[in-house]
Amino acid sequence: MINAAGRFIPDTLPGYRDIRPYAGPFATVPDGRRAGQKIKAFRPGTSKVLASLEEAIEASGLKDGMTISFHHALRNGDRVMNMVMQTIAAMGFRNLRLAPSSFLDANDDLIPYFESGVIVAAQCSGARGRLGAYLTTHRLQEMTILRPHGGRARAITSGELHIDVAFLAAPACDRMGNINGIEGPAACGSLGYAMVDARYADTVIAVTDHLVEGALCPVSIPQHLVDYIVPVSSIGDPRGISSGALRITTNPRDLLLAKLTARVIETAGYYREGFSMQLGAGAASVAAGRYLRDIMLRDRITASFAIGGIPGPFCDLLDEGIIQTLFDTQSFDARAIQSLRDNPRHQEYDVDHYANPWNKGAMVNHLDYVVLGATEVDVDFNVNVITDSHGTIMGAVGGHPDASAGARCTIITTPLIRGRLPIVTDRVQTICTPGETVDVIVTDRGIAVHPSREDLRENLMKARLPVMDIKELRDLAYSITGEPDPLPITDEPVAVVEYRDGTVLDVIWKPQD
Amino acid sequence: MALIQRPAQAGTLESSDILIMIAPGEPGKGIVISLESPVQKQFGRRITSIVTRHLQQADIQDAEVHIQDRGALDYAIEARIETAIARATAPADKEPGNA
Amino acid sequence: MHESLRRAMLFAPGNNPGLLQHAGIYGADSLIFDLEDAVSIHEKDAARILVRNALATIRYPCEVGVRINHISTPWGFDDLAAILPARPDFIRLPKCEEAEEIKRIDDIVTKAERRYGFPEGSIRLMAAIESPRGLRNAFEIASASPRMMALAIGGEDFATSLKTTKTKDGAELFAARSMIVYAAREADISPIDSVFSDLQDEEGFIRETELARQLGFDGKSCVHPRQIELVHRVFTPSEKEIQSAQRILKAYREAMARKAGVVAVDGKMIDAPMIIRARRTLAHAVAAGLVPQEDLND
Repeated sequence: MINAAGRFIPDTLPGYRDIRPYAGPFATVPDGRRAGQKIKAFRPGTSKVLASLEEAIEASGLKDGMTISFHHALRNGDRVMNMVMQTIAAMGFRNLRLAPSSFLDANDDLIPYFESGVIVAAQCSGARGRLGAYLTTHRLQEMTILRPHGGRARAITSGELHIDVAFLAAPACDRMGNINGIEGPAACGSLGYAMVDARYADTVIAVTDHLVEGALCPVSIPQHLVDYIVPVSSIGDPRGISSGALRITTNPRDLLLAKLTARVIETAGYYREGFSMQLGAGAASVAAGRYLRDIMLRDRITASFAIGGIPGPFCDLLDEGIIQTLFDTQSFDARAIQSLRDNPRHQEYDVDHYANPWNKGAMVNHLDYVVLGATEVDVDFNVNVITDSHGTIMGAVGGHPDASAGARCTIITTPLIRGRLPIVTDRVQTICTPGETVDVIVTDRGIAVHPSREDLRENLMKARLPVMDIKELRDLAYSITGEPDPLPITDEPVAVVEYRDGTVLDVIWKPQD
Repeated sequence: MALIQRPAQAGTLESSDILIMIAPGEPGKGIVISLESPVQKQFGRRITSIVTRHLQQADIQDAEVHIQDRGALDYAIEARIETAIARATAPADKEPGNA
Repeated sequence: MHESLRRAMLFAPGNNPGLLQHAGIYGADSLIFDLEDAVSIHEKDAARILVRNALATIRYPCEVGVRINHISTPWGFDDLAAILPARPDFIRLPKCEEAEEIKRIDDIVTKAERRYGFPEGSIRLMAAIESPRGLRNAFEIASASPRMMALAIGGEDFATSLKTTKTKDGAELFAARSMIVYAAREADISPIDSVFSDLQDEEGFIRETELARQLGFDGKSCVHPRQIELVHRVFTPSEKEIQSAQRILKAYREAMARKAGVVAVDGKMIDAPMIIRARRTLAHAVAAGLVPQEDLND
């Protein structure tokens, strides 16, 4: 069948439930009740602190075939996922379903567990490096599922993704099980992903290298959600968790993109006192924040809030009063971690609150602007952020489709060509965000506006910005790079890209060698 | 028929450039090209055909060509193969760098 | 015809494809692809072919010239032979010392234009003065050919030839800068200021650009895209200057329509230099996107 994004979706996919094809950003209406974790009653005097991971895993009742989860707030510094998987494998478990919030570069070490049958299914936001390549070239027992952050929160809260045991890397934890992410040697800032897993998993194991005596304060994940606590020597390498203070780029092309993006925000129609925005953590997005700061200072305009993953430069805007409140699901650098700790208007919140399409109003629904990146964009404004020029998984869907669906104006910022690759093309390899939720494409050689947004187009034209038809942009790109040969792929599906509501947006097919 | 006097190369490994090395080939073996490129699948055919065309235009029958592409556009590929051929076929007294 | 503005002339090294192919996106008024100092002697052959191909195949939104090696080096004439078929908008000769050099290049360019069927005179020339000897001959150089469009000062080399170094306040170059402006203005071509190479020092760059503007230069050579915006900012007239220029030109147009001889604005008599200055101010305002192109039409 062909879904509403124009993609061919097979009638059945091996190791995947009944297919619901994507039908539009808000077509699916939920029914039923939220899922919940198993009720447990810990009596006074119960000790949660166990001596080893083995002991905790045994106590959790983990069995072959169950689903386990991790959060990725420690990013490339994370040691917990590899450490736990090593222990689980050594204990002889098999056929597990692995459902972390995302995979990162540090997870290449997991490949042997896929090869040996310890892990037989993966559900995540994305993957990189050799693991991404592995998931692209190997069909697992179940179809690999790639979900946006909001889609994962929806799947967990609706019961579609049931987590049996959640292993939470806990930067700071007390003996009662209270956790936060802003203290300890592996402080990572917001625990926005872990919070959802903690509320819905049957068993929650906190893995910490900073066990605090007395009562931890502040608390991000409360003790009543936590079963066991395992002290270990180190949960993460701070150098991989945050890269110090994120610096504003000096790359002239990124700066040009940033300046154009700031001008689009200024003139598209929603820039006014109290507007709201999400700016990504890409070089051009962060620099756009800097240009926007100058414009906002000039006009004496403040933003009511900014959301998304938070890089340090936005914390400067918070301190200066240019942004009134930051909502933080993921802190990108040491500056953001410090700000979350010290500034009461820097608010930690979870992914359900941020992006879940099936609740009573996530923050993305209240965005005026979101600025996002792209690996490719096509003439229908569809965006790919997950497969590269080889058709290999090398990125994460993240909050891209969530913020795009929610924001009044979704801006995609990308160079028109990268190396020799045209970035505006006839057809993206994989759709991660459907074009009908994208409004403006800003490139270094021109800006395109979605045909349904004549209002935005007029405003940008009035501001004398270089607005072009998206097909003109594609032709310009092809005139520079030449038209690429189509990527040869097989008819073997390896992964499903789910939309926020759990419908099938696209399928990733194994590339030809 | 033009003769390759010496192995020669042109270009760099910088992004958007291409490093092309050509060496005399075994007589009768024709033009043998090895290509390494981040856009092999999208543009490999095109890169190889540009290089082959230049060698043919220079009337070079046998050559070993090793190409390391860093995402170069056609104009740069054409420039680098032209330079490599000029360097490889220049008479000894005009050898570039001996000026 | 309005000669296009040359506020920021951006250099791009001639042997770097990545920089050549993106040079056009930063809003420079002119691009100069460099075959001289930015290219090592072992890559001169490669760079001239690369630049020729870039000129022939990439569409740039502004004029594009090539800085060749001096014709007294082993590469200058080969540079011209390679580049001219690709029809650059102009050739920039470095280290120019005598009008004769320009005349020889003019000759070669004329022959190339005929040979390739380009309109005669379409390829322009500019020269950089980088020595006292060149400075002494500046006017002769500036007027050596009708192709001459600009005269630049090469500050680093000039300072070296004075046995001193280029400083940020530029005292050592003050006289040379002024004399180059005089020579260029007398020959009715554009004077262009030297590059400023400390990329970290934005304030120093702005100060030097302000000095150049005040001395009478039309623009400045840039070595990094980041500098373009700063040059444009310095050369962009203020809101007040623009309004005043608009009032002057409006009054002038009305007076012309009435065939009145005397023009006054805000009680002040307007003379010819004020009208020329007002036109120039508006041309800069148009280039900066502050007023529409129509305002320039008389």
